[in-house]
Amino acid sequence: MSAQAVSTEQVWSWLGQVSDPEIPVISVVDLGIVRAVEWAGDECVVTITPTYSGCPAMAVIAQAVTDALHGHGVHKVRLVNQLSPAWTTDWMSEAGKAALKGYGIAPPAQQVIDISGLHGGVKRGAAPKLTVLCPNCGSSHTELTSQFGSTPCKALYKCLDCREPFDYFKCH
Amino acid sequence: MNDKFEYLLRQGDNALILSQQISQLCGKGPALEEDMALTNVALDLLGQTRMWLAYAGELEGRGRGEDQLAYLRDAHDMRCCLLVEQPNGNYAETIMRQFYFDSWHYFLMQGLLKSSDARIAQIAEKSIKEVTYHLRRSGDLVVRMGDGTAHSHGLTQAAANDLWMYSGEMFIYDGVDDAMVEQGVAPASEPLRAAFLEHVGEIFAEATLVMPAPSAWMQRGGKQGRHSEHLGFILAEMQFLQRAYPGAQW
Repeated sequence: MSAQAVSTEQVWSWLGQVSDPEIPVISVVDLGIVRAVEWAGDECVVTITPTYSGCPAMAVIAQAVTDALHGHGVHKVRLVNQLSPAWTTDWMSEAGKAALKGYGIAPPAQQVIDISGLHGGVKRGAAPKLTVLCPNCGSSHTELTSQFGSTPCKALYKCLDCREPFDYFKCH
Repeated sequence: MNDKFEYLLRQGDNALILSQQISQLCGKGPALEEDMALTNVALDLLGQTRMWLAYAGELEGRGRGEDQLAYLRDAHDMRCCLLVEQPNGNYAETIMRQFYFDSWHYFLMQGLLKSSDARIAQIAEKSIKEVTYHLRRSGDLVVRMGDGTAHSHGLTQAAANDLWMYSGEMFIYDGVDDAMVEQGVAPASEPLRAAFLEHVGEIFAEATLVMPAPSAWMQRGGKQGRHSEHLGFILAEMQFLQRAYPGAQW
């Protein structure tokens, strides 16, 4: 199958059905991992970018993308791994954020642009004080337990009202 | 070209060995949250290792990929600094080693963002977000432990003193580093060291710790392959599988 038969829009919509292996309610497109879809002759070139450099899900994601396109009859698929511009949670779609919340994971609370900032980015107290809403009861009365959670992309929070601990998809 | 290969090995080996060291604490962290943080940092560093060593292998052009470079080089071919191969020790030592490393690592990545080598700039761009989280965490912990109980303060000050002599090697440039500066690939040593000292000084002040003298004598040699006795043990465990079962895969 080639460019004549399948539009890139069609490929994007197929990729919108490919779930993130760690968080199955969000697709790789909603997560912002898929950066480009192009045809090079009869070969479909999909550009993806890793969330974190050590993310163990990347190999699974690459395989899932390839399998999905094969399943739709696109037999020649090439994946390009792109480092720059580096992935940011700003690329997560609104639909993706809503899906995360429904799944019990608080979505990123702010636009990031550049997490590292300049020198102030690592000064004590430079980390922005965020209002993270509890995905269970909606309370803003929440507290950070740990900057690092069950996967590199998440932090641990607890709700001080409903007392539930929860994951927060941290700004990156 | 050989200089750049060496420089990439240094970056990759620093991340690789520190990652290996921290991952030995997986399941042994002093608290669940710390255990998860340790393994997350180890994972980030391993990911960064892959980017550095993959590039090094491509540049070398002898068919060695990231895996061969990580698992099939002996101690005298490793180019990590002496700091990262120091033992995990007690938790104050684990965190202080991390804090010294992160403080240098963060400012180096900032410098490498402007590297004349586009690939290196991209790796730095990817890494610095992760390193920012690492440094915020290790700095927070240094403050908590330094400005904690008399016991934690004593252990943290001792760790700061004992590890200090390993905190200077990264700023002592040799021919490889100088060549990289000359080509615009890497940042110069002096501004990097000034930023490092300023940051460590600020954190130590808040942590009620005494910063050891910047003019103190510093250990060196790791970057050139002259390592402490610790590295052999680290490699023995890390490389065992590939040595015993060459080419083994998951």
